[in-house]
Amino acid sequence: MRLAVWTYEGPPHVGAMRVATAMRGVHYVLHAPQGDTYADLLFTMIERRGERPPVTYTTFQARDLGGDTAELFKTAARQAYERFQPELMIVGASCTAELIQDDPGGLAGTLGLPCPVIPLELPSYSRKEHWGASETFYQIVRALCPAGAPRPARERISANILGPAALGFRHRDDVREVTRILELLGIEVNVVAPLGASPSDIRRLPDARFNICLYPEIGDEAARYLEKQGQPCIRTVPLGVAATRRFIEEVAAVAGVDPAPALNHPDLRMPWWSRSVDSTYLTGKRVFIFGDATHAAAAARVAAHELGFKVCGIGCFNREFARDVRTVAAELGLEALITDDHLEVEEAIAAAQPELVLGTQMERHTAKRLGIPCAVISAPVHVQDFPARHSPQMGIEGANVLFDSWVHPLVMGLEEHLLTMFRDDPEFHDGAGASHLGGHGATASTQDPEPAAPSAEAVAGWTAEAEAELRKIPFFVRGKARRNTEAFAASHGLATVELATLYEAKAHYGR
Amino acid sequence: MTVAAPLVPTPRPVLRERGQREVFCGLTGIVWLHRKMPDAFFLVVGSRTCAHLLQSAAGVMIFAEPRFATAIMEEKDLAGLADMNDELDAVVTRLLDRRPGIRTLFLVGSCPSEVIKLDLPRAAQRLQAQRSGIRILSYSGSGIETTFTEGEDACLAALARSAPGTPAGTDAALIPELLVVGALPDIVEDQFERLFADMGLPVRFFPGRSSTDLPAIGPNTRFLLAQPFLGETAGVFEDRGAVRISAPFPFGAEGTTAWLEAAADAFAIDPLTFRRAIAPGRERAKRALERHREQLAGKRIFFMPDSQLELPLARFLATECGAELVEVGTPYLHARHLAPELALLGDDVVISEGQDVERQLDRVRAARPDLTVCGLGLANPLEAEGLSTKWAIELVFTPIHGFEQAGDLAELFARPLRRRDMLRI
Repeated sequence: MRLAVWTYEGPPHVGAMRVATAMRGVHYVLHAPQGDTYADLLFTMIERRGERPPVTYTTFQARDLGGDTAELFKTAARQAYERFQPELMIVGASCTAELIQDDPGGLAGTLGLPCPVIPLELPSYSRKEHWGASETFYQIVRALCPAGAPRPARERISANILGPAALGFRHRDDVREVTRILELLGIEVNVVAPLGASPSDIRRLPDARFNICLYPEIGDEAARYLEKQGQPCIRTVPLGVAATRRFIEEVAAVAGVDPAPALNHPDLRMPWWSRSVDSTYLTGKRVFIFGDATHAAAAARVAAHELGFKVCGIGCFNREFARDVRTVAAELGLEALITDDHLEVEEAIAAAQPELVLGTQMERHTAKRLGIPCAVISAPVHVQDFPARHSPQMGIEGANVLFDSWVHPLVMGLEEHLLTMFRDDPEFHDGAGASHLGGHGATASTQDPEPAAPSAEAVAGWTAEAEAELRKIPFFVRGKARRNTEAFAASHGLATVELATLYEAKAHYGR
Repeated sequence: MTVAAPLVPTPRPVLRERGQREVFCGLTGIVWLHRKMPDAFFLVVGSRTCAHLLQSAAGVMIFAEPRFATAIMEEKDLAGLADMNDELDAVVTRLLDRRPGIRTLFLVGSCPSEVIKLDLPRAAQRLQAQRSGIRILSYSGSGIETTFTEGEDACLAALARSAPGTPAGTDAALIPELLVVGALPDIVEDQFERLFADMGLPVRFFPGRSSTDLPAIGPNTRFLLAQPFLGETAGVFEDRGAVRISAPFPFGAEGTTAWLEAAADAFAIDPLTFRRAIAPGRERAKRALERHREQLAGKRIFFMPDSQLELPLARFLATECGAELVEVGTPYLHARHLAPELALLGDDVVISEGQDVERQLDRVRAARPDLTVCGLGLANPLEAEGLSTKWAIELVFTPIHGFEQAGDLAELFARPLRRRDMLRI
């Protein structure tokens, strides 16, 4: 039993819903108790879809448990077919129905519906949302593209884009960006799946010369299956400038085309923005990164090599794909934090004392509490991260978007700092409050938001003069300055921190 | 009496349907109950789905160290029941050690915990024996047992069972005492308290703002339900000898007047005193409603089932705002508690209980009402079909009871219509 307030991932049947909702012509009959329909609002509210997810729930209640829940399932499946006439039906159980063991697959089989029915086994007590999405997509691909079928000629140069789904962080716009790169290279997109694909589109997957797996968490299982059927797969995720260039070169090599039209495209403004002098102050900014493995690993490389940040912490919540995160952590001399406990992440952030946090919705709130600037890089996200405007993370425009959205909170933080510095001026007194940190800025100007020094031996008394000087340091590095100074004082056997100690420590640790 | 309350329910045809129900389960009640009782903690024993539901329903509240959490059952817990109880004890111990301010712990049952027959009442007893100074109770918020607001009913019923009784044979046991039952926002509770005080009628609220300082329940208790979904709680009160005061629910100027009047009558308050006490509030409510009446008069409104608040709210919209009711759906119709409401609804109003969501949506599409009150899973899809909607959950989270909120309540229904008329895109 695990105590949880916030979960990074939903149960696996929500993953299956993400695949069904992404597709056309698919209907999902889910054996589930009354109440599980809550998941519909993730799609209608957070992703703001104008139609209900194609899911029929049996919504059984206690009075049904006597033994006719199986009949209830059959009725629901039959009625769902009659009403929606799907090309393909998927059936399965949510966590509670898994316990009553009705076998949706077998029950649906006895109905003899005139469309293929794919039973899903999604173990709710050991697996989670991404696994559910991946497994569902794989089962659909496996059923509709049987192994050993004769290979099509593949004369056209075309590719499939695998992985984008409903409720995916920026999936809609990433697909558009990657499609654009393929267009620049003269490569046709055969099928995008599951997002927007129908079962007949899935049957056409083998027509493409190769696959592009954009989101391994959802698409990798299916991509590996298709690889065994003779379709190579590009696994480089085009997130950031270098990765996008590598992606373009790999795609061009597999397709046998010239990469030049897509490389160094004039719309790629990010490298110049990052080199321009205005960005110099970004150098060595300490950043903490957390999210799904794909986005966290990519973000770390962008942060370190393309923005000149210092990555001071990195982790992901999905253990299944943690290898990439561990690799990049090792490259950066860090140890990866692999956990789905948000309190552990919060502790790690507080300990690392970053100047910027890149994370999920949860880290956004943690950072807000700690008074640290933050940008969102990964699901789970809230409604504001399903924007109306074009806002990809991948490809050429994606790199531009990353620059803007990561630097913006820092500029805001700097503005905050200027306000703090001038807090004794009549225009900028404490009561004037903060512009974007929801009141935390005002707090930061009156008291330090950082926790007390972690180790007892580092504690030293501060003279009033030194304390006053400490307050002149920007709030977002003040905690680190305090810690370093106290550690310095302790290591030099000083009982009190004086003004000079502060500057001696500064010289010692010099950034 | 402005609004007559009949003693016997009027029999009338009700459309009863079974099928897919697009509703929340009772766990959702935790989201507002934990705010009402700041000294209580709600621990759901359930699955990842339960935690995900709470997170989705609680929205931004989840980030403010809320007083609820889920003990997520995992594969190893399902292997054997003995393990599960040990695991639960460990979770509770860790939780209570971390949150020393907690005075009441609710163990909340879920679908998975009930299907595997994890005995939470016994777990509560066992944990209670180990912990003095903290009250440990249990109730079911599962979807198989409860729909949305029924979670509050189950919680308050558990709390009522643990409330003290009036000591028998004392003088105190003979003097009737008024209790208002149902979790109300603090501001609404204060308003009602002042109104009763102006009539010279002392009142207590259940639950109050503390989960430990509970009013005694006994044969001297006269209770007035503030919410229509409290069937089980009322049952516990009645089992302990308390007497329910039948009344319409306090929505709108007239509903609130009738509700207060029922209590005043039960305590033989002088009618003049009563009128003097309520007159200013009632006038203000009527004035506030005027502004929205124009927008709502003649509008055809369809309620899909959600919270059991549908009938009283439909009555308010029909009798005080001039709206026309197409169909009023409710997850469950408590005929006795709603008898005064049913009496006020026109005979031509279609009332439905339960749901087959696809068939009900067919009726919505056929009727094309001006406004459909429904859940968040249906609202945007209906808007996309060109139908205006009002999402129902807001009616549970927003203060809507009493005189001072009557205008806000009408505004909640008028706003989507005004917006529909304003937009030129």
